[in-house]
Amino acid sequence: MSEIRDDREYTKTHEWILDNGDGTFTMGITDHAQALLGDMVFVEVPNAGDEAAHEDEFCVVESVKAASGVYAPANLEVVEANDALDDEPELVNSSCYDDGWLVKFKADNIEDLMSAEEYADSLD
Amino acid sequence: MKKTALYSAHLDAGGKMVDFGGWEMPLNYGSQIEEHHQVRTDAGMFDVSHMTTVDFIGVDAKAFLQRLIANDVSKLTTSGKALYSCMLNEQGGVIDDLIVYYLDDENYRMVINAGTTEKDIAWINAQVKDFKVRIVPKLDLAMIAVQGPNARAKVFAAMPGVEEVAGELKPFNAASLGGLFVARTGYTGEDGFEMMLPEKSAEFTWKMLLEAGVKPCGLGARDTLRLEAGMSLYGAEMNDEVSPLEAALAWTVDLNNADRRFIGRDALEALKGKGAKKTVVGLVLEGKGVIRNHQKVMTNLGEGEVTSGSFSPTMGKAIALASVPTGAVGGCEIEMRNKQVSAKIVKPPFVRNGKILV
Repeated sequence: MSEIRDDREYTKTHEWILDNGDGTFTMGITDHAQALLGDMVFVEVPNAGDEAAHEDEFCVVESVKAASGVYAPANLEVVEANDALDDEPELVNSSCYDDGWLVKFKADNIEDLMSAEEYADSLD
Repeated sequence: MKKTALYSAHLDAGGKMVDFGGWEMPLNYGSQIEEHHQVRTDAGMFDVSHMTTVDFIGVDAKAFLQRLIANDVSKLTTSGKALYSCMLNEQGGVIDDLIVYYLDDENYRMVINAGTTEKDIAWINAQVKDFKVRIVPKLDLAMIAVQGPNARAKVFAAMPGVEEVAGELKPFNAASLGGLFVARTGYTGEDGFEMMLPEKSAEFTWKMLLEAGVKPCGLGARDTLRLEAGMSLYGAEMNDEVSPLEAALAWTVDLNNADRRFIGRDALEALKGKGAKKTVVGLVLEGKGVIRNHQKVMTNLGEGEVTSGSFSPTMGKAIALASVPTGAVGGCEIEMRNKQVSAKIVKPPFVRNGKILV
């Protein structure tokens, strides 16, 4: 059974999004997604200041098994990227909701997010 | 789906089960990279019971195998000695790659791939004709591979009596102890054993090995280990339409005895005369990313294709085997996710006995 936290919201494509309350959001992939992908070997994140349009592929998480694009959930501007993943991509496996976060970004409005409960239902 | 005798042992160990050619097998038990390192640095074990053992028994066993496979079993003169070979069709394409063990002149044991078993047995039975040999698939055997620098010592500790029969075995040799068949062979580039045993003893043996500190490893680690070791995988580097001469497997073809008319020989000799246009080489990626199967490779002599691409946990880089024009050398470009990434062409193996060689 994969872990789902109720302090944040979820996308249909298995990312979590945490509202930091200051107009920024932190994003990562869910426990379900990291388990499905298996051991991470490379994580490609954008640079601070980069902009992405809604549904642009703006990160790539690559495991031994497969490469998977992470898509922008809204028009956004990257505030900070998790550079620790350069040397330790396995943080996405061991700590997907904490140290394995991918990016922080600014956005006005993110649509179509699921609550923890809705996301849990979608996995059944 | 088919299950091996170790199915519940895999579940007990937290195995993530996947469909592997109709068999429900463990992909990993948590982390395939940790399992990979376990084999390179200590000892890990794999359930390979999905593979098929076939015994060839009868006065014509040797003559039949000399016709059936491309390597020459007449090289095998001591009991338990093993030989790697391809079994070819008339066009010289590879029906399967296999290991054959010599027991005596009227008794050989062959191990074939799981996914090709039905095709292989139908082919073998169609070739037997007038040869006096019985083809006996041993479907009630389990197979456990224990691999790694400490594999042999841990097998001896876990399984009383095995050291007495297998302690002195040289690489590529096997010995028997009752229903247990122990071969010093493997598919990882490390020392170790592949053991066949009755299905009913499999779970007990697995538990004894666990007790001795041998960690279970899944198909994911098995694939990255064999790739680092530069070993071919049937269906990837070769298939029914690829000749061993086109897959860097010429060393497994024995053309010395002109009187030995093995199946596929004429086609191989014709291809050898013309020169094979393609071969299999190793690739090491210079940038980030993981090389994947079927990606395009641009070499100095033209286009090729990745046959087995993955990430090497030992090297911390992506590596691959690729089919490229014969003679291609130096740098090349791999088309990965709409980007061209530089790689260099190397001669496999990448890693053997824990050491990086490229």
